[in-house]
Order: sequence, then C-alpha cells, then structure tokens
Amino acid sequence: MRMLRRPGPWIALLLVALAASAPGWMGAYFLGIFTTAYYFGVFAMSWDLLFGFAGEVNFGPTFLIGLGAYGAGLLNNAGFGIPLCLAGGAVVAVVGGALLALPALRLRGPYFGLITLVAVLLLLDCIVIFANVTGGEIGMMVPDVLSIDASVNYWYALGFLAISALILFGLSRSSLGLILQATGQDRIEAAALGFNVTKHKLAAFCVSALFSGLAGGMLTFYEGAASVDTVVSLSITVQIVIAVVFGGRRTILGAVLGSIFLILFDELLRPLGQLNTFVVSAIALAVIIFFPDGVLGWVLRPREPR
Amino acid sequence: MAGLAEAGRDAGDRGRRATRQAERPVLALQILIDGFAISALYGLGAIGFTLMFGVSGVLNLAHGGIMLIAALFGWYFAAEYGAGPYGGAAIGILAGLIASYVTYFVVVRPIQRSRAIPKLEEEIFILTGTLLWGIMIQVGMDYLFSNNPVTMQPLIPGVVNLLGVRTPWNEVMITAVCWCAIGLLSLLVNRTRIGKQLLAASINPRGLTLLGFELSHIYLVVWTIYGLLAGLAGVLLASFFGVSSDNAGNLTASAFTIVILGGLGSVPGSLIAAYVVGYAETITAYLLAPTLRPIPALLILVLVLYMRPQGLLGRR
Repeated sequence: MRMLRRPGPWIALLLVALAASAPGWMGAYFLGIFTTAYYFGVFAMSWDLLFGFAGEVNFGPTFLIGLGAYGAGLLNNAGFGIPLCLAGGAVVAVVGGALLALPALRLRGPYFGLITLVAVLLLLDCIVIFANVTGGEIGMMVPDVLSIDASVNYWYALGFLAISALILFGLSRSSLGLILQATGQDRIEAAALGFNVTKHKLAAFCVSALFSGLAGGMLTFYEGAASVDTVVSLSITVQIVIAVVFGGRRTILGAVLGSIFLILFDELLRPLGQLNTFVVSAIALAVIIFFPDGVLGWVLRPREPR
Repeated sequence: MAGLAEAGRDAGDRGRRATRQAERPVLALQILIDGFAISALYGLGAIGFTLMFGVSGVLNLAHGGIMLIAALFGWYFAAEYGAGPYGGAAIGILAGLIASYVTYFVVVRPIQRSRAIPKLEEEIFILTGTLLWGIMIQVGMDYLFSNNPVTMQPLIPGVVNLLGVRTPWNEVMITAVCWCAIGLLSLLVNRTRIGKQLLAASINPRGLTLLGFELSHIYLVVWTIYGLLAGLAGVLLASFFGVSSDNAGNLTASAFTIVILGGLGSVPGSLIAAYVVGYAETITAYLLAPTLRPIPALLILVLVLYMRPQGLLGRR
C-alpha cells in the first residue's frame, strides 16, 4: 500500500492513459511511428536488464530478437496461428539465449561482448545461406498480421510495452535486480556473499531473451514481414544502445523514453537525409560524456542523493 | 574478416576460376600466397587495436571507422586530385592519424576524465562511446563519399610469376609493407626508450607513474602509433580489396575477432590469430564457396573462447 502514496506509479498510470488515448488525437502516421517505438522500447528495456544491472555489454540483442522474429515467422508460414507463433518464437529465443549464455557467461567484459556479437554474425550468415526458407537478405513475408487498423496495432504495442515494463521494472527492483547490480559492481564480493552469480545472470539473460523474442515476434506480425534490416542487423543493436544510454541505464523505464526519442527524432530529422543517424549518434555521444546517467537518471538524481 | 568478406569476393571468384583451370599443386600454392598476403594485412589492421588495449586499456570500437577514413581520403586524393598512389597513401595515413587524435581528445579522454562516470564502468562507457563515434564516422563518410566501393590504384602495376602462380606486384608489395611496419613496431617497442615505456605502461601503469613518467604523454604516443598503423592498414586495404563506407562496422568486428582470438593485448598473439583467420577464410573461399568465407573463422573463435577464454596468447 505504501506504493500508492508515492507519485511514481500514478505518473506512470497517467502517462499510459494519455498514451492510450492517442489514437483519438494523433494522425495515423505518428501512430505508426509510436507503434514501432513501443516495440523498440521493449528491446531496449530487455537490454538494459543485462547492461545496466548486470554490467554485461551484450552486443547480441538482435540475436535474441531475430530468433524470436524468425521463429514466429517460420511457424506462421507453417500454418500456425499468431498466439502460438509468438509463444514459439519466444521459446526459440529463450532456448537460443540459454545456449549462448551458458558458455558465454564464463567470459567477461569484452570477451562476452564479442561472443554475443559473433552470435549475431552467425545468425546473419545462416539467414543468408538458408535463403530458400528465410528469404535471405530480402526478408520473409508472414501470411497473418496482428491487425490492419492503425489504432488497434497501436494499442497492441502499448499494452505489450506496459505489461513488459511492469514486469521488467518489478524484476529490477526485486532481489534479482539487486543481486545483478551487486554482481555488476563487484562480482567477487557478490559471490562471497553467497549468491550464485552465474545463475542470476543466466536468469537475467533468459528474461531478456523472453521479452526480446516476444517483441521481435510482435514486430514481425505488425509489419507483416521479418527482415534482416529490421530485426537482426547490427544497426538495430546500435540503436538499442543509444536508446538505453540516452534514456538512462539502470532505470528500465528510461529505455522507453530513449526509444521514443530515438524513433521520433529519426523521423523528424528525415529531411537531413543520411545525416540524421549522424546527428542522433552525436547527441547520444554528448549525453554519454556530459550526462552519463542519461535523461531519466539525471532527472531522478536530486531526489536520490548518493 | 566478415568485412573483408564482401570486399574479398573478387579473390574468391578468382579462386573458383582457378579451381577449374589450374592443377592442384598450383591451387595449393595460390592459397598459400593469397592467404599469406591477406593475413599480413589482417595482422597489420589488428596490431594497433591490440597495442592500444595492452597499453591504455581502451577498446576502440571506432577502429574500422578510422581505417575507413584513411582509405577513403587516400583514394580520393590519389584519384581525384592527381596526387598519385604514393601521395594519396601519405594523405590517407595522415588522415588516419588525425582521426585517431580526434577519437582520443573528443571521445576517449573526456570519458576517462569524467567524474560522473565511476571508474568501474569506464570500460563500458568507452565501448559505447567509441561505438557511437564509429557510427558517426561511417555515416559521415557515406555522406561525403557515398557508399560505392572504391579501389585505390595499385602502388605498383604489373604481375609477377611466383612458382607458377600469377601474382600482382601490388600484392607482394602490400605484404612486404605490412611486415616492414610490423617489424618496425617490434623494434620500436623492444629497442627504444619510448617503446620500453609503452611496455612498462602495459605491465603496470601505476609503477610507471611512480617512476616519474607522465602517463598522459605515453597515451598520446600510443594514439600516434595507433593512428599511423590504422591509417597504413586502411590505405593498403583500399589498394588490395577496395573499401566502401558500409565496411566500417565489419572491419571493426574483424579486428576485434582477431585480437580476442590472439589474446587481448598480445601483439604476437594477434599476428598468429591473423594468420589463422586469414588462411581459414582463404581456404574456405577457394575450396568450398566464397559466400561461406566468414563462417569458419567465427566457429574457430567460438571454439577457442570456450576452451581458452583468454585467447591463444592472452594473459589473465
């Protein structure tokens, strides 16, 4: 009940309500942008759980997203319904994530980063080599879509984002989040306190994989296709990194802000042509150097003195 | 490697033609020669990266971007301004050096000096910071030069017959330049005063400061050497395979892979790893299919990391 007296949950509820009313006053064009941004928000939050809390630079979020997206897409092409495909895609992502994480978590820092990067490169190669099943570089169409109505698609994305945010935020404030944070700061001490560091990191990786995979699958059914450029490419990884760092790492919710900023800015700066990525990266770099805690971290800082 | 995969498709095609025409011993020799040249270039591209990590603990994910700047400026001045291949190469190396300094002063040093960033998280911040900087370079180069692949004119024209294998003089020359640069670096590190300081900084930076050496001065030296090496590697790459601004990320991934495979911070390890990767790719391209080129090296990397996480010659 103490939760109800703090402003945080109410502000969040208000924001969700405001966002849910958006189809009433927002054009279809911007609804589409926000729909993409919300799925991106889930990617970024899942990544923040590993990066912000466990201090692991996972360069392979798109490995998990891609497994979820292509898993769901392949099942759909085999004739299964959307809910089953999403579940299947998520299972594929979690299994793939666990297979990657079990040995990879023995490694730390740059070694861990590289092995996750290699996983993405191998997935890319596999998609291109088995082009007759996956569509290769062109992408794979799926027969079903979530909905053809922009508002309904928007609500699906918002609901998915809200539920994921609730679960991931709750997890980050639970003992799992605290132990991960302790591990990220001092692995040896955390282990000396009796926590099974590897087990907790594996759990975090699997949760991250679950939400990444689900979001990848949802995005596939929103767009009606899964393609290397939208779910596997390394530029997606970079965008996730920018979103998390800009919004504020170790905040989970900041990742959502960062994603919305990123996707929105990408649209608004479209007149700049190719240079929009340059500007967005430059802004993110400036944030890293001058406000290393990100926007949300910076806003929350005065209230939580260290 | 993955980056050079696209650029190196030509070599692969040449290989397939060779399979049809040439007899087996010639093919083996050709793999031997081409693999040697490619590996030397990989080695040169990776040692700057590993030296930087060994001495200052920085993993520069803008590495591919810096090579790209050198390659594109070199090509541009050689072809459009008539500076000739050698003038272009010199300008390219200079561009690489400047890019290296900018990376240090604009991205890495502010992060190292920032008080808001805890020391424990510095590594993560440098990784993300240089990653973003690399993207900025790639997009900037794309804007200036478009992403069409460009190839610098060969430093020396002509073809030589090496034991029955027709090899361009350019390939021989590039291999020689790579090995000269590597040899010079080893002389510098092992025989000169400043080199010994670098070595000492990689072993124990605090000890070195206690002896009265200015660490920031040593870092500046490392970034200079790094810029020259990356610039040279970029120019040679443009002359050997050709480059496009799309390659930047993959070039970083290649260097990263080679360096991790060899063991972070170990220059000899990186050279061995460069040869393992170079030959694995060349053999795959010639004997299986050019499209499969990057895969064996990635699998080797995964296997080595699982069995020996510190890499071939890494220390922990």
